[in-house]
Amino acid sequence: MAPRTLYQKIWDEHCVTQIDDQRQLLYIDLHLIHEVTSPQAFDGLRLNHRTVRRPDRSFAVVDHNVPTGDRKTPIKDPVARRQIELLEENCHAFGIPLFNLHHPEQGIVHIVGPEQGLTQPGMTVVCGDSHTSTHGAFGTLAFGIGTSEVEHVLATQCLVQASSKTMEVRFTGPRPIGITPKDMIMALIGQIGIAGATGYVIEYTGDAVRDLTMDERMTLCNMSIEAGARAGMVSPDMTTVNYLRGRRFAPTGPDFDLTATRWLAYATDPGAVFDQTVVVDLATLSPMVTWGTNPGMVTSIAMKVPDPASAADPAQREAWQLALDYMGLTPGTPITDISIDRVFIGSCTNGRLEDLIRAARIVKGRKIAPTVRAMVVPGSGIVKREAELLGLDQVFLDAGFEWREPGCSMCLGMNEDILEPGERSASTSNRNFEGRQGRGGRTHLVSPEMAAAAALFGHFVDSRPLLHSDQEVTR
Amino acid sequence: MKALTVHRGTVAPLDRANVDTDQIIPKQFLKRVERTGFGQFLFYDWRFDENGAERPDFVLNQPQYRKASILVAGPNFGCGSSREHAPWALQDWGFQVVIAPSFADIFYNNCLKIGLLPIILPEATVNRILADAKGVSGLELAVNVKTRSVTFNDGTEASFPLDPYAQESLVGGLDEIGRSLRLEAEIVRFEGQEVTRINTRG
Ligand code: SF4
Repeated sequence: MAPRTLYQKIWDEHCVTQIDDQRQLLYIDLHLIHEVTSPQAFDGLRLNHRTVRRPDRSFAVVDHNVPTGDRKTPIKDPVARRQIELLEENCHAFGIPLFNLHHPEQGIVHIVGPEQGLTQPGMTVVCGDSHTSTHGAFGTLAFGIGTSEVEHVLATQCLVQASSKTMEVRFTGPRPIGITPKDMIMALIGQIGIAGATGYVIEYTGDAVRDLTMDERMTLCNMSIEAGARAGMVSPDMTTVNYLRGRRFAPTGPDFDLTATRWLAYATDPGAVFDQTVVVDLATLSPMVTWGTNPGMVTSIAMKVPDPASAADPAQREAWQLALDYMGLTPGTPITDISIDRVFIGSCTNGRLEDLIRAARIVKGRKIAPTVRAMVVPGSGIVKREAELLGLDQVFLDAGFEWREPGCSMCLGMNEDILEPGERSASTSNRNFEGRQGRGGRTHLVSPEMAAAAALFGHFVDSRPLLHSDQEVTR
Repeated sequence: MKALTVHRGTVAPLDRANVDTDQIIPKQFLKRVERTGFGQFLFYDWRFDENGAERPDFVLNQPQYRKASILVAGPNFGCGSSREHAPWALQDWGFQVVIAPSFADIFYNNCLKIGLLPIILPEATVNRILADAKGVSGLELAVNVKTRSVTFNDGTEASFPLDPYAQESLVGGLDEIGRSLRLEAEIVRFEGQEVTRINTRG
């Protein structure tokens, strides 16, 4: 057989039947569900007297709406409370397992799935959420769907899908110290643009990708959607296998090794052909900061806010000007001169344990600027618990951060964690769209290290000299 | 899904690139558990100022565009989240067609699932429509899903891509889930021989 890519192998293996030249009925191995995009889908099922075909392939968790403060008192917002209760009712009615608000391992759906071992190589994974691409880190085909498709998967465990083109994104050169996967993916988006990978599924390759941990690969794949890609993936290897060993839903005993052999075979074959290849050079990379209102408006900490006069064409000039007006920035301002009011460390992009450890390496023994309000929102109950075992909560609290309960929180501000109009944040999340974190709020996307450093100084600084090199942050 | 075969309507020009789903329907309005009623929140932050008063300069607040049923915008329309609330809001407002040089992937799919027609036209054509629609007399267009064409007032036509499966669904107002459920035997056969074994209830 001709050499195939990871994507092609999964695509071929999950074909239930061919519908026409381009599309097939694609079988879905794992359907993840949350409270915001599912109520109308369950309603649709009931309306048409249909049921959930495979509750044993479905898994639900509340995350988008949940408060990250005190969980003992009832949720104040009645509409949010209703959405959360409705998910419980729907899961109960259809027999779908659910981590509710009070489950000790509740968290952001894209953090919970992998850490429970639900996400496994070779699978097709969908969720009514665009950052489902995160699960591609495991060598799965994972993508976001709308509510009509959520209903379709509930009813049929399948989706009608057209095949995508494949794009190899090859990171060349070793990853410089202090450069994170967040910087890698933001550099890619800066290079190809926010629609640069529309119609494609990306596979990330190169030694630097092989060297990434699973937490790091998830950050990389998470923001594939911000380049327009349908999905992002990394071929499975021993890093993947070792991560999954012992996870709750992973195979056990001799079964594990047998399955692991099958997993590894999904990796892209040598000589397999991609429709397109993009090369990103890591050698010259510095920590990245967005300055505008989409993730493609990004530069490095060493640079200045760009001048619309130097834009490539009139359309870009206008877009830059609109962005600068919204962001309240003046062309030519050094990025390090931009002061911030709020810091958010969390989200499905950067809310995992390693993210918190790396931020803590900057924060340890220091204090945040008095003008800054900073919060850490662990991505899940497990992340929170493990971080606390390491004493990270105390590191952050001592520095003046808030240490909160797991959820999406200020990533999209559906709960009370929002920016006030005009407030400026350094955020480890994935979208800096107008109003994303609160109406009139101004978001700059950065890595956890850069967010931590900005919290200390009240403005952006290069985090690299601040990294505690030898000093252990953990107890 | 509502069938859509031919449509004639007024064009509202939204001359911006990369209009994202957070703009189309801000997150504070995603808490509704129904599919309807999102139109009132469409482009909320652009339509209304901090005090909830209409911004007169925003296109949909201008009298000649209030009844528009065809939205025309710049490239990469609908980027961002997978929220189907975005197409729901556009449809609920009264739009039946959205024209742009390109769309974000998930948004494009979501539109087709609910019978809101996304039309991709070359950038030059879209720019011409934008310019014409901004004129004093406004602009009407006719759209035909069967022939995959847009007809301008002067009789000229532009054709747009639409794959046959989606076209059939739109024209017939077909229920895609019903279509797929007819493949039940194939799904059962697949499940009998699949390699992945995971049990979320286990
Ligand atoms: S953390 Fe943000 S991006 Fe991730 S699922 Fe939640 S809202 Fe979406």
